[in-house]
Amino acid sequence: MPLLEVNDLRTYFHTRSGVCRAVDGVSFSVEKGETLGIVGESGSGKSVTCYSLMGLLPQPPGHIESGRALFAGTDLLRCTSREARAIRGKRIAMVFQDPLTSLNPYLRISDQLIEPLIIHGKIPRQHALARALAMLEAVGINDAAARLHHYPHEFSGGMRQRVMIAMSLITQPELLIADEPTTALDVTVQAQILELIQRLQREFNMAVIYITHDLGVVSGLCDRVQVMYAGRIVETASTRSLFARPRHPYTQALQRSIPSLQPKGGELYNIPGLPPDPAKKPPGCAFAPRCEHATGLCPSRDPELVPFQDDHATACLRVQAGEL
Amino acid sequence: MSLPILQLANLKTHFPVHRGFVFKRQVGTVKAVDGVSLTVHRGEVLGLVGESGCGKSTLARTILQLVPATEGAIILEGRNLTRSSAAEIKAARRHLQMVFQDPYASLNPRLTVYATLAEPMLVHKICPRDEVAHRIAELMQTVGLPPLSQKKYPHEFSGGQRQRIAIARALALQPRLIIADEPVSALDVSIQAQILNLLSQLVRRMHLSLVFIAHDLSVVKHISDRVAVMYLGKIVELGLAIDVIERPLHPYTRALVSAIPTFRPDGGRPRIVLPGDPPSPLNPPSGCAFHPRCPYATVACQAAVPPLERSKASHEVACIRAAEIAGPR
Repeated sequence: MPLLEVNDLRTYFHTRSGVCRAVDGVSFSVEKGETLGIVGESGSGKSVTCYSLMGLLPQPPGHIESGRALFAGTDLLRCTSREARAIRGKRIAMVFQDPLTSLNPYLRISDQLIEPLIIHGKIPRQHALARALAMLEAVGINDAAARLHHYPHEFSGGMRQRVMIAMSLITQPELLIADEPTTALDVTVQAQILELIQRLQREFNMAVIYITHDLGVVSGLCDRVQVMYAGRIVETASTRSLFARPRHPYTQALQRSIPSLQPKGGELYNIPGLPPDPAKKPPGCAFAPRCEHATGLCPSRDPELVPFQDDHATACLRVQAGEL
Repeated sequence: MSLPILQLANLKTHFPVHRGFVFKRQVGTVKAVDGVSLTVHRGEVLGLVGESGCGKSTLARTILQLVPATEGAIILEGRNLTRSSAAEIKAARRHLQMVFQDPYASLNPRLTVYATLAEPMLVHKICPRDEVAHRIAELMQTVGLPPLSQKKYPHEFSGGQRQRIAIARALALQPRLIIADEPVSALDVSIQAQILNLLSQLVRRMHLSLVFIAHDLSVVKHISDRVAVMYLGKIVELGLAIDVIERPLHPYTRALVSAIPTFRPDGGRPRIVLPGDPPSPLNPPSGCAFHPRCPYATVACQAAVPPLERSKASHEVACIRAAEIAGPR
């Protein structure tokens, strides 16, 4: 049984300018200890997917229209808030993009680090502080005993992200959701943080979902990748298969527009146009208006995610017809 | 060989740090740019790489004289800007334009695209008032904006389109040199490709020079002819883009290069993970500023600041052990 199984999740935002279908029928699963990458451009629904699972969605305007998300037998979308609280922050933890805005500037990091332990573990403060100290050392903060009682502004960006990671892993969760964990960081610090998450993942045997727009992060870290476009998963595959033989025209176009995959000086591939406005999605395949392989059939039918190999599925009518 | 468009000679930008309110006293100096010498040739794209806080943006602002230089010379087409009057600097800026990172912050939200593009032309008297409309239509076409959107405001455009407006504004004065400070880092991958293509087309077609500042080496490699790597206010490596990125000499550049994703599932080359954070420019380490994080550092590295030395015809590096490190490979 997978650790997390999401089925036909639909999250819509009801706004004045219409219904914005941010997540529009997403299904996936995560096994124990597995690393899954969710890749997409801004507005593709990758973050909203995870916010829906964690119950972090502002409701209204957001509303989960349908779907199920089974985590170890509990449906995260329908459970009571008491059940949700027992899982969130304890068995599923999250690391956010910007550590400066996600840490409380008024609290010493010691108080923030032990908060999940005191809430979930119900252990005395002294024991919790000892665990916090051990965790700070595990994430590689020098002189942790002295740093434990500092405020967030006294840390550098990379150090703050380490504190965030320490805070989310202190309850030894089974699943970590990392939402663009290194986007705000420098290149050399990014390498440190990714290595840290990888090491702790092995130590705690935890599953990790990376949400990112950076195919580079995904290629080095994830077992499986799913590519999202306009609220849907358009391709899912093992990392090896996705980079060796991308099938969906959108995935192919993305790879052709990344400088490091292209010969120097050559023209990069331009995906014409812009991603669709999620309140006014085109009928059928949402990528069809920008797709160089689109035919008259594409706007008429919603493509389903159909596997054509054990570990590779795409939502493209022409790939499924064997034409691409 | 023709005169270079821009020459920097031992350029320094230092910021004093004051403490106290009534009796302000100087407690230190941030050496944001500390002895940079560079040449930009005509029609060349020079990539400038470094992490946040290394001084690359301050360098850009100093070249434009948005921040006064503390020492050294900025020579734009033979004229030293550090010794020029305000009127001369204003005249020089016509040939020296900038594109900023965040197209949300760098465009005036209360000006239409037309007004944004017309203002520099009128200030610098590029063309008679009645030709402005015609020139703007041309510019819009050059950067690939729909001509009918002249009367729109910045908030009506997407990020990529706003960056196109910012580029059009820089081009309005027909400059010879454009400094682009992280022009694509706020954009999505597919939009980033569009802007990169546009910039390299413009450079070729209009014979511009471009200083392209970024922290992403793969982007810089793609667009640049030469690359300069900065660390803590100094240039540590300078050479042809291919040389610097395929055969880096400085240990810092090596670490940066190893962080470029290879997209091979076996991982490709090993990632070099540097310990620690970039040091504070308020209190830089002695000698080579990189030595506390450098896997090859020796005692000698702490003693003296290594000069930027030529290792090949067009490849310079500031590391006393560069030859040794490169040797056994």
